[in-house]
Amino acid sequence: MTRRLWHFHGGLRLEGHKAMSMHEPITDAPLPQRVVLPLSQHIGAPAEPEVEVGQRVLKGQRIARATEYVSAPVHATTSGTVVAVGERTVPHPSGLPAPCIVIEADGKDEWIERQPVRDYESLDPSALRNVIREAGIVGLGGAGFPSFIKLNPGPDKVVDLLILNGAECEPYITCDAMLMQEHPRRIIDGLLVMRHALQAKHCIIAIEDNKKVAHTVLVNALQEHEAEFIEVVQIPTIYPTGGEKQLIKILTGREVPSHGLPIDIGMVVHNVATAAAVNDAIHEGTPLIERIVTVTGEAVDRPRNLNVRIGTPFSTLLKSAEWREDDTDEVLMGGPMMGFAVPDLDVPVVKTTNCLLARPRNQPHRQPAMPCIRCGQCATVCPALLLPQQLYWYAHARNFDRVQDYHLFDCIECGCCAYVCPSHIPLVQFYRFAKTEIWAQERQKEKADRARRRHEWHLERLERKKREEEERRRRKKEMLRKSRAAGDRGKQAEIEAALARVKAKKAAQQAPRNTDNLTEAQKQAIAAVEARRQRLQQGDDGES
Amino acid sequence: MNLPEQSLHSSPHLPPRNSVRRMMLLVILALIPGLLAQIHFFGWGVVVNLVLAVGTAVACEALMLRLRDRAILPFLGDFSAVLTGMLLALALPTLSPWWLIVVGAAFALIVAKHLYGGLGYNPFNPAMVGYAMLLVAFPREMTAWTPIGADHLGFLDQWRYTLTGALPAGLEYDALTAATPLDTVKTSLGMDLTLPEIFAKHADLVGPLGGHGWEWVNLLFAAGGIALVFLKVISWRIPAAVILTLFLISTLFALPDPDLRPSPWFHLFTGATMLGAFFIATDPVTASTTPRGQLIYGAGIAIFIYVIRTWGGYPDAVAFAVLLMNLATPTIDYYTTPRAFGEERHGP
Repeated sequence: MTRRLWHFHGGLRLEGHKAMSMHEPITDAPLPQRVVLPLSQHIGAPAEPEVEVGQRVLKGQRIARATEYVSAPVHATTSGTVVAVGERTVPHPSGLPAPCIVIEADGKDEWIERQPVRDYESLDPSALRNVIREAGIVGLGGAGFPSFIKLNPGPDKVVDLLILNGAECEPYITCDAMLMQEHPRRIIDGLLVMRHALQAKHCIIAIEDNKKVAHTVLVNALQEHEAEFIEVVQIPTIYPTGGEKQLIKILTGREVPSHGLPIDIGMVVHNVATAAAVNDAIHEGTPLIERIVTVTGEAVDRPRNLNVRIGTPFSTLLKSAEWREDDTDEVLMGGPMMGFAVPDLDVPVVKTTNCLLARPRNQPHRQPAMPCIRCGQCATVCPALLLPQQLYWYAHARNFDRVQDYHLFDCIECGCCAYVCPSHIPLVQFYRFAKTEIWAQERQKEKADRARRRHEWHLERLERKKREEEERRRRKKEMLRKSRAAGDRGKQAEIEAALARVKAKKAAQQAPRNTDNLTEAQKQAIAAVEARRQRLQQGDDGES
Repeated sequence: MNLPEQSLHSSPHLPPRNSVRRMMLLVILALIPGLLAQIHFFGWGVVVNLVLAVGTAVACEALMLRLRDRAILPFLGDFSAVLTGMLLALALPTLSPWWLIVVGAAFALIVAKHLYGGLGYNPFNPAMVGYAMLLVAFPREMTAWTPIGADHLGFLDQWRYTLTGALPAGLEYDALTAATPLDTVKTSLGMDLTLPEIFAKHADLVGPLGGHGWEWVNLLFAAGGIALVFLKVISWRIPAAVILTLFLISTLFALPDPDLRPSPWFHLFTGATMLGAFFIATDPVTASTTPRGQLIYGAGIAIFIYVIRTWGGYPDAVAFAVLLMNLATPTIDYYTTPRAFGEERHGP
């Protein structure tokens, strides 16, 4: 049965360089003497250490737990002693250190007791998700988003389609291809678990048509299963078909809404390697402690895929691939389109390390950037249907409002635009810069808002305090007045009584005064004297 | 363990497969068939124009880069100044005096290009700004085209004429020049002649498609332009929109009035139509950059070409049409932003 396929706008046909790392089967990388396990190997909050320096840990033992929803625990990847909990350089473009747990291996590689899930189908999806969460599984395709969240569609969402992404569209990388070739059963069994967790109706395993062997192997493996709801689909080899949104478009013709998630249109996409990790967690009780890493590039003599304990230094892997150190220009983590140059090669492999690409010195050199001539070649290859030339213009001018009008945040940073740019402008760098600036501004604004709110609360509190104070004072005054009034009345009565008593006493004792018994004529004389005095006084007033 | 001389840069890490230089060189190569036809029909004057215009353009580019304190070699190496000089040279009449060419090329590079910020920042097509300035300032010199098929000046005589204005003994200036088909048609229509009368009077002026000789020049420029479309150096949208719109609008007017309105073939294959559609309108810096915008931009150019040729004061109109649409480009781009992936409707 062939499935109808759609296509997405733009994209590139790139040289694959994949065969070079597929000559040898996947081999186990040497067990490192010391593993460095970053607490943040995923998107979300860093895990919180729960071991102490000097403590002995077993392989598979949880050493840091997830304290928030979007987070993932970290497990010891071999048995040994914790020798440090602190900052170490991690694989990040900045080359900056981040919190890690360092374990000195004892060489015994002794497992903790594992508890496989006997009958996952009888388990509730949420219990299943919890097992997957506790196994520390994150998206192994490169993003590192905690997988259990993408297995939790939410209460009223129906998952019509679960897609396993085996596109692996970046040049050079072959870890998923090799996994599909060598471990199809783990992928299919993992898919069945995921399907149960999501209660998905239909499943597709999508593989680019440059991986014929993987396709055949998976189709054959599926025949034993009689799982008619799983379909293996070959898709054209166009970079970036492995992008979640592009893959959905190719397979279904539908577009994930701008700023939306696949679940919004009833779909979930997981990487094939994530499915294998889910299988291991459920059927073997194994947490995510190892992964397949492609070690390739023109600067290694034995490019191949290695099964690597998380925490193994990059340099160990490069040595196993017979690396020509003197001939190396740079080592990338990830593919040439989206990977980044690693500043320090002692950094450890993390859950999202899919490829180490050692590039030789003799490659054509990067040319200086010229001005944009607006030729629009970037827009013709943009799989997100954006206008990279306009995005660049506004990002360059730091016009962060306009750059968002042109849908900066729909950019998936695939690098197609920068690859075709005749002016050699590092376009993706400008978009990352603009995104970071906008995030920083938003954080700043949030901070300012919070400060403003806090200040307003502070003012309000002061105001309230003042009001309360006044109220208290008013009431006190009132009370005082009332009590005084009440007290006064009592006192006054006493005083009056006393005065009356004194008066009466005085009246009784006092002789009649001169003016007491005056005749009418005397009164008139006094009045006349008074009147004259008054006139005189008025006259003085008039003179002065 | 650190690698020495780490050059930290953002992805992608693959070496680029394209460059401005490659694009400009391909455009220059694609001009060559039409250029050879133009030399064939108009004589050595085309070559002299080319040498003077390109020389001036490159010299001015270098001068301006130096004055603006920019890296000279990478920018000279992008060949954009050469292309500007070439486009101007192809547009100038074959009996232009040297100073006309030099002034035009210098104006194009210094004013239209570098005073606006150089490559990538000029809002108007530099070659067309140079051409339009000359047309407005020196209208008489700008009509000095040699007639097609006549005996042209020899290589050295042409040089002497361009540099000194001296003609070989026994040759008159008037015998060497002739009005272009577009000019003749325009002037004659202005004298109330009908097209059949005009074409009867000037039988040697028109061929089966357009102006005699001009039709070949146009066909070969179109051939070069189509090659550029296939090489993905230019988008098909602008030339297609120019040609289709010009065809439609000239048909619309010629159908009811065939004696007074030249046929669409005449419009398409005479004058600078194909050079304009494939090489001038497609200048990426000054053209619209969105898919729908490019169609509007091309259609606008065609409408202005027709309007100015038919009712305007100049026989040909590619330069003014392109400049007018350059003016509209930012607005067109703004209103034609394509729908982003996952968006219901387009636009910011």
